[in-house]
Amino acid sequence: MIIRTLESGAKRTRRRDNDLRRTDRGGIASAHLAWVSDAGPDTRLDLNGKGPEMTDLLTLPLNALHEELGGKMVPFAGYAMPVQYPTGLMAEHLHVREKAGLFDVSHMGQILLPLSADAALEGLVPADVLGLKNGRQRYGLFTNDSGGVLDDLMIARRADDLFLVVNAACKDQDIAHLKAHIDGVQPVTDRALLALQGPLAGAAFAKLVPAVADMKFMDVVQTDWNGTELWISRSGYTGEDGFEISVPNDQAEGLARALLDIEDVLPIGLGARDSLRMEAGMPLYGQDLTTEISPVEAGVTFGINKARRTGGDREGGFPGADRILTEMTDGAPRRRVGLRPEGRAPMRAGVPIFDAAEGGAEVGVVTSGGFGPSIGAPIAMGLINSTVPEDATLYGEVRGKRLPASQVELPFHKPDYKR
Amino acid sequence: MKFTEEHEWLREEDGLIVVGITEHAATQLGDVVFIELPEEGIEVTKDEDIVVIESVKAASDIMAPIDGEIVEVNGALVDNPGKVNDDPLGDAWFFKIKAADPSQMDEYMDEAAYKAMIE
Repeated sequence: MIIRTLESGAKRTRRRDNDLRRTDRGGIASAHLAWVSDAGPDTRLDLNGKGPEMTDLLTLPLNALHEELGGKMVPFAGYAMPVQYPTGLMAEHLHVREKAGLFDVSHMGQILLPLSADAALEGLVPADVLGLKNGRQRYGLFTNDSGGVLDDLMIARRADDLFLVVNAACKDQDIAHLKAHIDGVQPVTDRALLALQGPLAGAAFAKLVPAVADMKFMDVVQTDWNGTELWISRSGYTGEDGFEISVPNDQAEGLARALLDIEDVLPIGLGARDSLRMEAGMPLYGQDLTTEISPVEAGVTFGINKARRTGGDREGGFPGADRILTEMTDGAPRRRVGLRPEGRAPMRAGVPIFDAAEGGAEVGVVTSGGFGPSIGAPIAMGLINSTVPEDATLYGEVRGKRLPASQVELPFHKPDYKR
Repeated sequence: MKFTEEHEWLREEDGLIVVGITEHAATQLGDVVFIELPEEGIEVTKDEDIVVIESVKAASDIMAPIDGEIVEVNGALVDNPGKVNDDPLGDAWFFKIKAADPSQMDEYMDEAAYKAMIE
């Protein structure tokens, strides 16, 4: 049995199945688990028991805990990370929707900037950074001169600095980009990052840190736990209420164990993180967002705040503003849509989309897709030509067959944030 | 029962060869969400891809382990793909094949050899 490439991530190549099979011959079945954009180069899982190719990978502070918990470690952006635990992806996903789950996202980049860099940061992102209040966070995009996206990120304003969280696979490039334009860029290398997500996350975390009960969606605080300063935001990447928690490396395992000791909290792998964010309609950098896709096409105009839009106080002034603001006014050539395949066959990233069951034109491509455990059916997101009518049935070509899919509004699963 | 290096099992039953995937393969694949089976009655050639199986995280092909005719497929799997995780060695067989050349079975491993391979 040969396991083929699935989510092919940042280096998406529409590999034909047969090519991979040939390279994989010799009795060793390989799984290409290139999970998310963080995945980096092809990562292989050797079904014959020797484990994935884990050489030269960096490990993070919770590595020993993941192994103790039975996490299946795979390469992610150069790090060994748990893709799932013995609970399994499907059950882990459903547990987060029902109760609460703990994710290790320490591979992501954490960066501090001086407060005085707020205006300079606006030169790189279309977010309203000057108008961001102390103790609040918002979504940002590093755009490029052609109006594409270099990375997406979170920007928090705190009492003494700005705190950014960026994608793992992009962090070196992001830091270089920031340093080229801003003085005092300080990558944070001594802190891990955890995410606690789910409807019971608030109640669970408040048992350790009572102050979080008062936090609203997108609030950020620095607060004490056990003599350690935690940097907490009420946000996440699952479509559930929850927190992202930056913790000093040497305290990370203690905090993770304390959270896992709470009833209802289970460890969740990065596989479920991907299916949760897909159901929540959230874009993944490297797939739904790339240097070739504008924020308007990707449907992330919430990252372009009013002050930076046409007619705003500080209109434009970020890379690619001409294209992006024009598209906001006049429309973009492509749009990101939700897709519900009619049958059971998943339509994964890279599947071409046509406007007819036979013949017709290729009108787009699936950028993220798979099975939605909470939906109980395959789900996908695609980038399609804007000329395609919104009610048109589309056809994804899977293994040479055109399978019908209807366009649906995103998200597939409605978020329930604490506003 | 015989085993292939591609993690299929083969069991002789009423003159036919029943084919499925091993527990090891099912575990590695994770929760199976989609299965496409071949048509009954077709002739297949050894190493030809004839089944598509997709889990929440991976897609894979299952090959015909021997030459022959597909006599019966397990249609229940199409509606309930999760059976592959629940009972890979029993209820979740994929197809029954009438071997054109039964000696093709000889090259495959016994259980002990398969276990040694995956360990």
